[in-house]
Amino acid sequence: MTLTVFWTDVFIIMLAAFTGYEVISRVPVLLHTPLMSGSNFVHGIILVGAMVALGSATNLPEQILGFIAVVLAAANVTGGYAVTERILEMFDRTKGPGGKGNVPKGGH
Amino acid sequence: MSLEFLPDAIEGIYFVTILLFIVALKRMSSPATARSGIVAAGAAMLVAAVATVFTPGLSSGNFLWMAVAVLVGGSLAWIAAKRVKMTDMPQMVAIYNGLGGGAAAAVAAVELVIHADALAYLSLAVAGAIIGSVTFTGSLVAFLKLQGWMRQRPIVYAGQQVTNMVVLSLAAIFGVLLLAFPGLAGSVPALASVGFLPWVFLWALLFGFLVALPIGGADMPVVISLFNAMTGVAVAFDGLSLQNDAMIIAGTLVGAAGSLLTLLMAKAMNRSVSNVLFGAFGAVEETGTQMAGSLKPIEASDVAVMMAYAGKVIIAPGYGMAVAQAQHKVKELMDVLEQKGVTVKFAIHPVAGRMPGHMNVLLAEAGVPYDRLFDRDEINPEFASADVVLVIGANDTVNPAARRAGSPLQGMPILDVDQAKNVIVLKRGQGKGFAGVENDLFYKDNTRMLYGDAQETVTKLVQELKKL
Repeated sequence: MTLTVFWTDVFIIMLAAFTGYEVISRVPVLLHTPLMSGSNFVHGIILVGAMVALGSATNLPEQILGFIAVVLAAANVTGGYAVTERILEMFDRTKGPGGKGNVPKGGH
Repeated sequence: MSLEFLPDAIEGIYFVTILLFIVALKRMSSPATARSGIVAAGAAMLVAAVATVFTPGLSSGNFLWMAVAVLVGGSLAWIAAKRVKMTDMPQMVAIYNGLGGGAAAAVAAVELVIHADALAYLSLAVAGAIIGSVTFTGSLVAFLKLQGWMRQRPIVYAGQQVTNMVVLSLAAIFGVLLLAFPGLAGSVPALASVGFLPWVFLWALLFGFLVALPIGGADMPVVISLFNAMTGVAVAFDGLSLQNDAMIIAGTLVGAAGSLLTLLMAKAMNRSVSNVLFGAFGAVEETGTQMAGSLKPIEASDVAVMMAYAGKVIIAPGYGMAVAQAQHKVKELMDVLEQKGVTVKFAIHPVAGRMPGHMNVLLAEAGVPYDRLFDRDEINPEFASADVVLVIGANDTVNPAARRAGSPLQGMPILDVDQAKNVIVLKRGQGKGFAGVENDLFYKDNTRMLYGDAQETVTKLVQELKKL
């Protein structure tokens, strides 16, 4: 890792951290759970790393580890998505059992 | 055909992925746009995964296994997530987060073997390995506790903190040894030669397990959120080690957003995160406080009369309503009361249920208008003017013991339901709340207990009200 790469990464991380903080800083309590579930889905991006790890494996131990990584990461992705979807589905008043079109208002 | 453009094309797709993730998180922090947020994030993930298949240098011999792994892990988790009950969602978040942490640890393990000679990448991978392993086992314990497959009360023993610190230090020490003598682990095949590598994982996995033991069920949401942020950080470390920008940024986003969310959740319970982690909240029974008064049961028909002639009724729901799936009946109750000219409001404690927002979600599902829901600070001044407060399966969030010095709940902001003229507590039995603390409210002169399953009881109330 060269110094240039190192500093670029440091800058990226600083900016990403501020973005993550700012983007959700005004979240109402109502959305704490779905947002936690949603961000749980977002770190499923580890799937990309797992695919690279398995794809570049050249011997059996690496392949086994890579395989485990992809299985777990894929579960994180699909499970995380389905759970978030199901929680947020309840906000969709057109489909819910009480469906009377009273969409929760935003603007907190 | 020259494929030189591929790395740039993949990088471009990762750029779009990150952009969509940020938009998704933004949309998920507002009720009206939340649902479109997760769809955007899903699309981003899909294109990123497809693009990754074209990463140069991947051996096509592994593609079959890659497809099998995605299908197996993906479909099992999808089916499980679709089948569980809504009340079980918190532990599903925990388990999927844990699996993500496990994936981060496994990716780091592969990195440690492949990059065995480059110190910078190795140290980043060690960090990812330790953090990922800790969230893996920690989240599993959280899942087991919430699922009820493990004792929910804190598990404490003498010297617990010291033990935990020693275990964590051992993981770190073996990590440093690995960096100092990479050859021991790096020789191929790596796992066959017993180097320091397995020990880093073993100690880190053990630490994750141990650190979650003393945490009680009531605190789990905060801890799951913390583990969620940690998985993000582990993914970012893995991303640095792999030099993958999508992982670096997405991981950091989750790390930062998750940390803020953890603080917000802890704040809603008036606790510090360190108190949640090390406080073993609810482990010790409060001793020496004798309850004055007695539990006074009441019949549903009497409650119906009381409410029918009330001016204002406030409903304070808790986990009991979620378990009994009583939200639809509660909505019906609201409708009947409003027909009789009674003002009905809902008092939502920030941590009612197992997760912040739990009650809002359930009531929204049942069709209760959003503007009838009031949070703690809005509704607390109104209890004094309420004729009847209906506590449905809530316990710790309405326990006045929180105002008493020496109580384990001391300092937790509560709903001041005891200030109402009449308090009716719907409760399954005589058990204690999640925190394991006696509830002073139940013994107050203006409190009556209405025992039974919340759904059946509310149904009875609705029937009685219709007769009046």
